[in-house]
Amino acid sequence: MRKTIITAAVASAALLLTACGSDSSSEATTDATDSSSEETSAAEEETTESAGGGGSITVWVDETRQAAVADAATTFTDETGTEVELVLKNFEDIRTDFLAQVPTGEGPDITVGAHDWLGELTANGVVAPVELGATASDFETTAVEAFTYDGQVYALPYAIENLGLIRNTDLAPDAPATWDEMIAAGEAAGTEYPFVIQMNGEDGDPYTFYPLQASFGSGIFAKNDDGSYSTDLIIGDEAGQNFAQFLYDNGQSGTGVFDQNITYDVAVDAFATGKSPFIVGGPWMLDSFGDLNVAVDPVPSAGGESAVPFAGVQGFYLSAQSQNALLANDFLVNYLSSEDAQLALYEAGDRPPALIAAADVAAEDPITAGFIAAGEGADPMPSIPEMGSVWTPWGKTEAAIINGADPVSSWETMATEIQSAIGG
Amino acid sequence: MSSPSTLEKPRTSRPRPQSHATNFGKGFLVKLALMAAVNAFGIFIILAALQQDSMGILWVMVGLLVAANWVFFARRTLALKYVFPGLVFLLIFQLFTMGYTLYVSFTNYGQGHNSTKDQAITALLQQNEVRLPDSPAYPLAVVQQGGELGFAVLEDDTVEVGTAEDPLSVVDDAVVTDGAITEVPGWDILDRQAIIADQQAVVDLRVSIDEDPESGSIRTTDGRTGYVYTSTLEWDPEADTMTNTETGVVYTPNDEGQFEAEDGSKLNVGWRVTVGLENYTEAFTNPTLAGYFYQITAWTFVQAFLSVALTFLLGLLVAIAMNKPGMRGQKVYRSLLILPYAIPGFISALIFAGLFNTRFGAINQILLGGAEIPWLTDPFLAKFTILFVNLWLGYPYMFLITTGALQALPGDVMEAAKIDGAGPLRTWRSITLPLLLVSTAPLLISSFAFNFNNFTLIYMLTGGGPSFSPTTSLGHTDILISMVYKISGISGGEPTNYGLASALSIMIFVIVGVISAIAFRQTRKLEEVN
Repeated sequence: MRKTIITAAVASAALLLTACGSDSSSEATTDATDSSSEETSAAEEETTESAGGGGSITVWVDETRQAAVADAATTFTDETGTEVELVLKNFEDIRTDFLAQVPTGEGPDITVGAHDWLGELTANGVVAPVELGATASDFETTAVEAFTYDGQVYALPYAIENLGLIRNTDLAPDAPATWDEMIAAGEAAGTEYPFVIQMNGEDGDPYTFYPLQASFGSGIFAKNDDGSYSTDLIIGDEAGQNFAQFLYDNGQSGTGVFDQNITYDVAVDAFATGKSPFIVGGPWMLDSFGDLNVAVDPVPSAGGESAVPFAGVQGFYLSAQSQNALLANDFLVNYLSSEDAQLALYEAGDRPPALIAAADVAAEDPITAGFIAAGEGADPMPSIPEMGSVWTPWGKTEAAIINGADPVSSWETMATEIQSAIGG
Repeated sequence: MSSPSTLEKPRTSRPRPQSHATNFGKGFLVKLALMAAVNAFGIFIILAALQQDSMGILWVMVGLLVAANWVFFARRTLALKYVFPGLVFLLIFQLFTMGYTLYVSFTNYGQGHNSTKDQAITALLQQNEVRLPDSPAYPLAVVQQGGELGFAVLEDDTVEVGTAEDPLSVVDDAVVTDGAITEVPGWDILDRQAIIADQQAVVDLRVSIDEDPESGSIRTTDGRTGYVYTSTLEWDPEADTMTNTETGVVYTPNDEGQFEAEDGSKLNVGWRVTVGLENYTEAFTNPTLAGYFYQITAWTFVQAFLSVALTFLLGLLVAIAMNKPGMRGQKVYRSLLILPYAIPGFISALIFAGLFNTRFGAINQILLGGAEIPWLTDPFLAKFTILFVNLWLGYPYMFLITTGALQALPGDVMEAAKIDGAGPLRTWRSITLPLLLVSTAPLLISSFAFNFNNFTLIYMLTGGGPSFSPTTSLGHTDILISMVYKISGISGGEPTNYGLASALSIMIFVIVGVISAIAFRQTRKLEEVN
């Protein structure tokens, strides 16, 4: 419903704004911050300087990536005379807005996005394949695979992000190899918590818990021979049940290490104030840790196998309804894939670049190198449309087990319900 | 309001005042200027709509513009002159939204059915045109001959040219500089600007690499490099079918807005179709939804009713206490009481969510000495917490309006009651309360409607939780509007279903409308009694 209201409001606003010229409505959005409007006007000026008729493309970006994309856009405008209009959006709104606006013809030519939207975006026909050509081999294989669906690549990847174990080196000088070692080291540190991992209340947080689950050898969907995910659900298998038992043993009825009241804010605050030597987290947390001496290691194994997190890949999608497909492709494949552009995006968001050459430069930073090491062997988060029916029951079941629900039967019920939701 | 008698007054001999329409004075000039601006604005929108092919907006705008000119220049439309601007805004901002929601509720708009059929076909063709695995990258130039576009590609030092009609063939004497084709005899090479001006045609152009169509065709996505592609899907506009060229399976459109083969397999992308009342019946019959739907509806009513009743009672009580004549520091108390009302509701709700946290919240930690009471995660306590926070947020408003109403009570009626020997309680029950209700009842009804859809509070405080079961996102404190939000799938984590969500919103609209209508009738009766 909220969507309809927004669509209607946008439509009526467009009705009023059309008067100011078709470009102004998107510019009004760009004006949301001062810097972005400067960016746009700078791009405009250059267009007028170079020979006119270079056309224009619209790109949706979020605040973090805005300046970096603007740099690439300036180069693009200088060389081709094509104006790039950056529209600032909240990252959380992009997926739904893109789905709603592309069919109406109001969407952008290019948008920033995460790879796990891919299933939904292709099922709704709003993204077009991107031909990476020879540059494909310049990117990390995981990054390109993550944006591949049914043999086609749908975005230009620019960053890979994954969880790692962030450690306060003053409290715990050595990296733990196993779960038990870590808990022991945490207890030896004498802090309030031996270890923190975030949960979103009763919704759980299956993404953050996944490395632990993976260390029991449990996954969600089986894989095809070519490495892509099939729709065969394997989460309910014995490995999954062992993980459920582990959750229960460390939940409210056990050691109490897992607690649904430890939300993102609580966990980050506990680590930042020295109440815990370890936290499972991603590069996005680092800003909150200020002057702490931290190191990043792989998540220790709890179930014997290696605790690989999901790899999340960020990239730029091309709209299926783009009227400027040629320009948009050119900008994506020939400009945003450059080492400079990828490094600028790395500096803006701290996520390791997807371009190998840029990643090598970024790895000179030990923290970034730590995250890259923690993501070694990681699988991309499943992006098939069926995944939409998995997250909610998965997280809620984990939370319920941590709160004391029977592990094995809850886990089995969850698997059955997901199976019936995805139609099998 | 004018009584009928004024209209029936005999006309005096005074000359009729001239209407603005014919009086070419200052006022008329101002009106002319304003209407010129309105017309210019309207015509601009019409032209813009024409350019964008939005025929709906175009005709609505034409209609509005004609109506506006008629209303403001005709003589007999005095009343309309005042009403018209309001009507226009009602039309744009309310009726359109409602109409659109109603339309969506009859469609399967949602996951996999996001766009029109044409767009779905475009997307399917795009998704199924695959680059040949071993196809090399050909340096490419876009060329033109007599208005026909073609590609010139460089393959091992030889230049080949082809068009949509003719497959690639070798051209002699072409000039290649630094790996780029700079001259092709008989053809004009398009420069970048010309390519951009015609980019849709360039992107759509497919040039077969040889006489056999099966071996694929060259296309370019950036105007610089070409690759060989083959398409596995073929669209036949005449027969309205999709054919898989590899397996020969024919897909025809079904009633649900998808291409379906005879064996029941479907193509990935679907489109929006009308499904009639399906979304409405789904809410009552879908086994996983119906049970929750009834529970949520019941709680919505309870929540809205108790919220209004409790806040009204507390607000009234405080108002009476504050209304006592001669009380000291009245102004200070009153301004303090407005405070919760002045803080935006969603901020308060967020803060309360923190205060009520089971382990870290101030209420358990400080007030209750570390008790771990699950305020927000126990079904019953969560409901209690919602009502409590809403009471805190809502009573200052009730206090304000009842204070106003109390002060407006006619003193002589009170006096009369006193003389008749009625005690304070009797006066209160028979005089004060009925009089108070007359003036506050409409506000109570609108409060009810507001609380019925009090999304912010639920969303910020409990998020609808605790869940009914681990496998549904719906929870014990969800009200209908937050249920709509979750079902729509906007928040992610679940597939979108705008059709069902719209159908539920229409139902909410009907419920609130009916309740308000009944309540307003009752209020009128109350007025008649007095």
